[in-house]
Amino acid sequence: MPIEKFKLVKSSCVPLNTENVDTDQIIPARFLKATERKGFGDNLFRDWRYDNHNNEILSFPLNNPKYSGKILVAGSNFGCGSSREHAAWAIYDYGFRVVISSFFADIFRNNALNNGLLPVQISDNFLNKIFNIIKEDASSELIVDLEKQTVTIDKTKEQETFEINSYKKQCLLKGYDDIDYLLSIKDKIEEFENKNVV
Amino acid sequence: MGKTLFDKVWDAHIVQSIENGPDILYIDKHLIHEVTSPVAFVGLEKRGLKVLRPDKTLATADHNVPTINQDKPIKDKLSVEQVNKLTENCKNHGIELYGLNHKYHGIVHVIGPELGITQPGMTIVCGDSHTATHGAFGSVAFGIGTSEVEMVFASQCIMQTKPKKMRITVNGNLSKGVSPKDVILYIISKLTASGGTGYFIEYAGDVFKNMTMEGRMTVCNMSIECGARGGLIAPDETTFEYIKGRKFAPKGKELERKIQNWKTLFSDEDAEFDKEIEFNANDIKPMITYGTNPGMGMPITEKVPYPSDLSEEKSLKYMKVTEGKSLVGTKVDYVFLGSCTNGRIEDLREYCSHIKGKKKADNITAWIVPGSKMVEKQAIEEGLDKILKEAGIELRQPGCSACLAMNEDKVPPGKLSVSTSNRNFEGRQGPGSRTMLVGPATAAAITIAGKIINPLTN
Ligand code: SF4
Repeated sequence: MPIEKFKLVKSSCVPLNTENVDTDQIIPARFLKATERKGFGDNLFRDWRYDNHNNEILSFPLNNPKYSGKILVAGSNFGCGSSREHAAWAIYDYGFRVVISSFFADIFRNNALNNGLLPVQISDNFLNKIFNIIKEDASSELIVDLEKQTVTIDKTKEQETFEINSYKKQCLLKGYDDIDYLLSIKDKIEEFENKNVV
Repeated sequence: MGKTLFDKVWDAHIVQSIENGPDILYIDKHLIHEVTSPVAFVGLEKRGLKVLRPDKTLATADHNVPTINQDKPIKDKLSVEQVNKLTENCKNHGIELYGLNHKYHGIVHVIGPELGITQPGMTIVCGDSHTATHGAFGSVAFGIGTSEVEMVFASQCIMQTKPKKMRITVNGNLSKGVSPKDVILYIISKLTASGGTGYFIEYAGDVFKNMTMEGRMTVCNMSIECGARGGLIAPDETTFEYIKGRKFAPKGKELERKIQNWKTLFSDEDAEFDKEIEFNANDIKPMITYGTNPGMGMPITEKVPYPSDLSEEKSLKYMKVTEGKSLVGTKVDYVFLGSCTNGRIEDLREYCSHIKGKKKADNITAWIVPGSKMVEKQAIEEGLDKILKEAGIELRQPGCSACLAMNEDKVPPGKLSVSTSNRNFEGRQGPGSRTMLVGPATAAAITIAGKIINPLTN
């Protein structure tokens, strides 16, 4: 599936100051039964958002009307555990375009990039700064610029750069997807198969 | 400079390297299941494509299936839909499917090895993070997302940035009663749940050399729980012996030729790793987890550590455990033996050897779920089902079951489960359920005692 082009996001944030958020929390297994890629946002963080009687848990940031926006800011080691891509779909479907953390699990990072959701890894220090700014003023905005690979706190203009593999960056900027590329080198793949009878 | 085992296998599969970008890696075996494949098939069909190499693809339905009455129709509507979709997709694309009631049916990471499909030097992927299991054979095996499943469908290749390399060496002899599960829980507790992120781990040293293939699979299986993409162990005589005679293993001259090749798969002496860690086998004791990620583990006889941050504090609260206190004596409600970590015949044998002639505690509900149809059959042939029955326990039918509780096998809210699976995340075994991870022998001791005890004093 071609992905949406990504350039720059300027938005307020939703803070989730918890470490080791695993994909079972992002989207619990019992919601993985769909055979299509849509509608997962409704069940994003299901068991943290709703109690056993389906009442909203008001203390959870997604339920707090103060917080909104296209950027999810989360604690270290975000997206660990299961490889379910549904986690990235759910975050994207809910309306986020960027996840910021000081550390991402590998598979989640790939899954996010393959779906036009930008994982932005910053230092612990800068992450704490962002959490604090949001705490002070929930409407604080961040600017995430993919072209320049920077995150800026709009109010204070404090800035940090982030890394992204240059190939993946181009894919996101152009909305280009890996499969298009792989199909374009079909001959090479065949050649490899002929040379290496496994 | 020499090459590591991982380099040897990875480099041999590079079709092309993109400058400043990922490698394009050829995949020898693509395993698929009902939960992470349907959307990939939809994507593929939207592009008007067929699966490029159905002969290198193998399917099973494991995540979502019931573990009793498998001969009757599945009750859960959405499960039925996923299982049917898989059947239909496999038919359309000419993919072999070992579905429910097939004699080779089972958890994807159990059937690959037992059928001789998993072999040294291969690249193996599956839309499932525990694909790392297959690394026990000296293959490069890792979990992928659904977009990547679609990639492999379309091109038999995957784009992947080469991970860094870590070697974990454990020398010395394990004490009696210490299982491969304890070894890996120990390693993860030392590395933490994120300590392996960005790496592929090679396990080396006496402990792994002396381990059975099934033990090695238990270890490699949980590599992902410290964040590593996968783990692998150099193949040796134990590996070759295990493969010989299996259904899809090479035979005769072909096997001899392959073994010669497999013997070259080891890390050269002068190979360099990005990180090296060593442990001493003597330090490893029977382990249990007390928190909500697999890195939160400790020897079963120790006291719950004081939380070091808010997340850990939240975790202890969820688990209803107290820092500074021992877990021994805590009442347990459920015991789960199974999953791709500990659902193989050796695990069932180990569990049953401790249960034999005893009765399960009244307060325990025990789910014993074989990893595959073949494991189930062998367990019955060996009379393990009778031992269980005499203890008041039923042998169920194969599937992922309470490992991720997508089917009916859910631990109710608030209940405490002691589990041989691989994840103790909040609600992993059912919404609100609490999970502590252990090895099969510990699970058996707890089944009898009804509470947490040290299996070695039993
Ligand atoms: S047994 Fe558990 S970990 Fe293994 S494949 Fe099934 S759900 Fe995943």
